[in-house]
Amino acid sequence: MQGLDFSVVPPYADILWMGVWWTVVLTISAAAISFIFGIVFALVVLYAPKTVALPVRGFMWLFMGTPLLLQLFLIYYGLGQLGFKIPALIAGIIGLGLHFAVYNADILRAGIVAVDTGQTEGARSLGFGRMQTLRYFIVPQAIRNTIPAMGNNLIVLLKESSLVSIIGIAELVHAAQLAISETFRPFEFYITVAALYYILNLVLEAGLRQVEKNVEVSR
Amino acid sequence: MDVSLVQRVFPFFVEAAWITIEISILALALGLVVAFLISAAKMSRSFLLRAFGTAYVSLFRGTPCLIQLFVLYFGGPQVGINLEPFAAGVIGLGLNIGAYMAESIRGAIQSVDRGQTEAARSIGFSRLQTMRKVVLPQAARLMIRPLGVNAVALVKGSALVSTISVVELTYTAQRYIGSTYKPFEIFGVAAVLYMLIVYVVARIVDLLDRRYAIA
Repeated sequence: MQGLDFSVVPPYADILWMGVWWTVVLTISAAAISFIFGIVFALVVLYAPKTVALPVRGFMWLFMGTPLLLQLFLIYYGLGQLGFKIPALIAGIIGLGLHFAVYNADILRAGIVAVDTGQTEGARSLGFGRMQTLRYFIVPQAIRNTIPAMGNNLIVLLKESSLVSIIGIAELVHAAQLAISETFRPFEFYITVAALYYILNLVLEAGLRQVEKNVEVSR
Repeated sequence: MDVSLVQRVFPFFVEAAWITIEISILALALGLVVAFLISAAKMSRSFLLRAFGTAYVSLFRGTPCLIQLFVLYFGGPQVGINLEPFAAGVIGLGLNIGAYMAESIRGAIQSVDRGQTEAARSIGFSRLQTMRKVVLPQAARLMIRPLGVNAVALVKGSALVSTISVVELTYTAQRYIGSTYKPFEIFGVAAVLYMLIVYVVARIVDLLDRRYAIA
């Protein structure tokens, strides 16, 4: 048992700061993918012909029933086997993005169904096509109504992005591991990393509250 | 699809699945104990206990579970806590899921109508009696679903302990992907077992829910 000494941390501030930066980049990129594919999956499951909808439904089922870590291994090594030589960072973004796209799609699907049918009838009777009705009336309302739920997914995404350190992406956890390999001080560095995630989490939660408030005002 | 590979590795995966099940059950038990203590602390009259409960939930839900495991397993020896990987996994997962379950329990307790408490108190039940005889029996039904959701998340989250070298499903999958370069087959085998476990958990939750459903 050695005493704790947090003065070992400041010399590694630059490395940790880079780690924070990459965690933010990773989270934002994966969030964008999870949002766009969440909409696509939800629409496919609801409106596409069975031949397209069933595989997507199967994919969603598979990704909801298995751990993210396992999915990251599949995407990282699987894409390589299929001949796509992609860097770990891209694999991590795709993996995180698809995992949370599935959860967003599940929320959005319920959100789209919950939009009042009068909205569709109104738009259709004004002469909007089926696609236009979805694009301009139904989906925007569904997104607005599901912002709190999708925001929760985003909070989970930020924390789960720590998993991609396992496939070797140099984000916050990985930065800490680098510092630990030189200092042999895991406790100090992991506590520091936990504190940094906690702060990122607070910032994200404050941002989401603001977004929710703005959405509430625009109603 | 390499069928002979799947046949060859399957027994090892079944063995690993048992470790996943074991670790999940033990962490679930620990998590439930933690959750009841923390939700009791959050609803207590003592400011200190309430602050502790709030801080616990906020810290464990505000940081990644992976980091919590790392602090416990890799950082533990520095403060005199030396744990085997399996024990560290159970404790780490249990402390983490406990924070989430505490919120499920608190949510269920708070959704029992206030009139129930007021009525019980006004006919002379003490605070503790009101909780034990009136509120908790009604809240118990309401917490089955949310706790079930936590349990499913726990099974999937147990994959994290592969990073502290507990030989469970995901660890085994990672090792075989590395040695065979057949990620799709290996993922398939592990996925089938995970989904089987998740399915069984969901069925148990369904049964409990139906058994205790409000008629």
